[in-house]
Amino acid sequence: MKIKSLAKILLTLLLVFNFSSAWAANTIKWSMQGDSLTLDPHAQNEGPTTMVSRQVYEALVTRGLDMSIGPQLATKWKAVNPTTWYFFLREDVKFSDGTPMTSEDVVFSILRAKQPTSDFKEYISSISSVKAIDKYTVQIKTKEPNPILLNQLSNIFVMSKAWATKNFSIVPQNWNASQETFASTNAMGTGPFKITLREPNTKTVFKKNGKWWGNVEHNLTSIELLPIANAATRVAALLSGEIDIVTDAPVQDLGRIGSSGGHKVESTPQMRTIFLGMDQGADQLRSGNTGDNPFKKKEVRQALYQAIDIEAIKKKVMRGLSEPAGIITFPGVTGYTKALDKRLPYDPEAAKKLLADAGYPNGFDVELRCPNDRYVNDEAICTAVVGMFGKIGVNVSLNSQTKSKHFKELKNKKGDFYMLGWGVPTLDSHYVFHYLYDTGASWNRVNFTNARVDELIKVMEGEVDLDKRNAAIAEAWKIVKDDISYLPLHHQVISWASAKSVNVPIRPNNEPLFRFSSKN
Amino acid sequence: MDNKNMSIIERIKDSDIYFSFIKSPTAIISSIILLIIFFSSFFVELVAPFNPFDPSSLSLMDAFTPPSWSQDGVSKFILGTDGQGRDMLSTILYGSRISLIVGFSAILFSLILGVALGLTAGYFGGKYEMIVMRITDVQLTVPSILMALLVDGIARGLISKELHDEMAIYVLIFAIGISEWPQFARVSRAATLVEKNKDYVSASTIIGVSNILIMFKHILPNILRPILVIGTIGLALAIIAESTLSFLGVGVPPTTPSLGTLIRIGNDFLFSGEWWITFFPAIFLVVLAFSINLLGDWMRDTLNPKLN
Repeated sequence: MKIKSLAKILLTLLLVFNFSSAWAANTIKWSMQGDSLTLDPHAQNEGPTTMVSRQVYEALVTRGLDMSIGPQLATKWKAVNPTTWYFFLREDVKFSDGTPMTSEDVVFSILRAKQPTSDFKEYISSISSVKAIDKYTVQIKTKEPNPILLNQLSNIFVMSKAWATKNFSIVPQNWNASQETFASTNAMGTGPFKITLREPNTKTVFKKNGKWWGNVEHNLTSIELLPIANAATRVAALLSGEIDIVTDAPVQDLGRIGSSGGHKVESTPQMRTIFLGMDQGADQLRSGNTGDNPFKKKEVRQALYQAIDIEAIKKKVMRGLSEPAGIITFPGVTGYTKALDKRLPYDPEAAKKLLADAGYPNGFDVELRCPNDRYVNDEAICTAVVGMFGKIGVNVSLNSQTKSKHFKELKNKKGDFYMLGWGVPTLDSHYVFHYLYDTGASWNRVNFTNARVDELIKVMEGEVDLDKRNAAIAEAWKIVKDDISYLPLHHQVISWASAKSVNVPIRPNNEPLFRFSSKN
Repeated sequence: MDNKNMSIIERIKDSDIYFSFIKSPTAIISSIILLIIFFSSFFVELVAPFNPFDPSSLSLMDAFTPPSWSQDGVSKFILGTDGQGRDMLSTILYGSRISLIVGFSAILFSLILGVALGLTAGYFGGKYEMIVMRITDVQLTVPSILMALLVDGIARGLISKELHDEMAIYVLIFAIGISEWPQFARVSRAATLVEKNKDYVSASTIIGVSNILIMFKHILPNILRPILVIGTIGLALAIIAESTLSFLGVGVPPTTPSLGTLIRIGNDFLFSGEWWITFFPAIFLVVLAFSINLLGDWMRDTLNPKLN
């Protein structure tokens, strides 16, 4: 009897296994240099983290392949007056555990994203109240008229209230304090995929979510994310077929991959600007030798700016795949102009003179902190600028480390001088000011503070007259550009390399949408 | 002939070692190569055409220049430049100095530790000997590179992040040194066991010479030959261990690259055709380790045929 039932089970397993293996082969193996920092959809506002969340979580509205805003969990919305919005939810949405998604979950998620430990609170700081009107209607009130509310909501992911409550994850994980929660290693969203295995920095497995509400356009059964830090190893894995797609193909290897026959390379200007930040708030540099903070002087900041030979970096480090930048935003963002994006000229002699004028004829010591697995050739860029600063007498030591350490130490206010890259998911300059220039903002680690800019940011948030709003943006850019509070380097160009059998449409925000992908 | 009346050079010329040396072309060639490498590494400031660690002398526009004999090569960069415009030849010479310093210090560390333990174990015997020898047995079952990785990992955990780069080289010396000492302990114990029953030791004991003096003044000089042989071969192993650890990214930091670090950095450019960035440091390492090994082999044949 026992043996019989055992045999039955074995036979069933065998059948299921055989049957499933006939179609279960469609797995895309995806690699990049670093991993998502956390699965908690509100804990960390960082590119690869959002890339992973985007496959499993959804928002009220979202950007499609062409980057335009369209409906996702909300089918339609209307503003009954400039500060009151109604969102009408799709009624057939279920979380991947089968429970239906209702307005309660949306309200819960937006409130969760406003918690102090959330890294998305700046996105929706204009929201004053959110409440469920009925099971499928949500009312959102803003403090002032908000012209970019939809852009902002497209990055606020909706998670299951019941699931978060049951698993003690009601507030976002405190990432800066290295907290671990259930939601930081598990996910419960409504998206086209669900996460079945999570080994940070090693392997993340996404399975197709059979309960997804949408029209399935992909032909995948699963996705595996396998981060590989070393560039050469990543390329070798791609060429040997171990990996299907790399979303940050190393610039030096594009020719080799393209000529392999079975692979293709696509490049596009990315919506991300790389820059260096200098802490101007500290009275004394933590890594300095002069007992004061040279960064407080604009001459010093300008000297460092003019010491950077950005064309050499473009040619040698980026192999032509970058666009030198004058401001921390890029074409396509409201407020961007070609004139603003013009850089101060490279001029080491002028830089030396500026340093001497500022009272540092012999330069000073400082440490530059860099990630080594986040941006295209980040460590090589830092090594190159360290050399360039050396030529004007500023003795910079380089501290390059993995991005999870780099970002954590940055947010915990360590370091004087650092590299960062900034994308603009809302495609509006307000996002840049709100995070990087607003007094006391979470990523404003240069401690920039300017009353007029703070005022202008308020205008950007509340002004619905587009001409007035654009004027405010232009004025704010002019102020911060003249102040040289950051050293912009370049707009990144990203390259995706994949096997020819894999089709993942490239997008300028570097976020793959696997629901539009296929593998033959 | 009366040895006493000969000058030191004549004594050397008259010795078996010298005779065997001039009869062995491999020994001559490998020692010439080693002399050149040692000299150019330790007087690198005089020999190297550039100082690759002086940022003001570098130009990023020189980056990725191929070796001088290839089409786009420039005569001032004989072996080409790396991704930051540093001259490869100078970088290799500076790197080999770090590799040699780490190798020598590590082997000296394990030699002193191993010989002290082995000599005392062989001389005193008993429980002490048993404990020391069992420790060596246990450690020999663990591959030395794993041992070094383990020690390195623990040390890094104990040292604060700020001190990592400064301490990296000492940690590395300690890690490699601690992983190589059992060889020395075993050989010196075995040799001591033979020596301690000889008449000159008994004589010393009878006139009341202290144990310490007997061990280090009388026995040690007589067991030096086999120790020198394994010390030489161990040097090659230590240099390779250093390169392996640096290649794995746990050795010396990229700001003061050793040969292993250079090979690791160059590895990123292998696919893109900039082969010289990793090839020359690798070839240099091979030549260095190979020469030391050949010299070690010759020493073994000459000094201690029994070990063969």
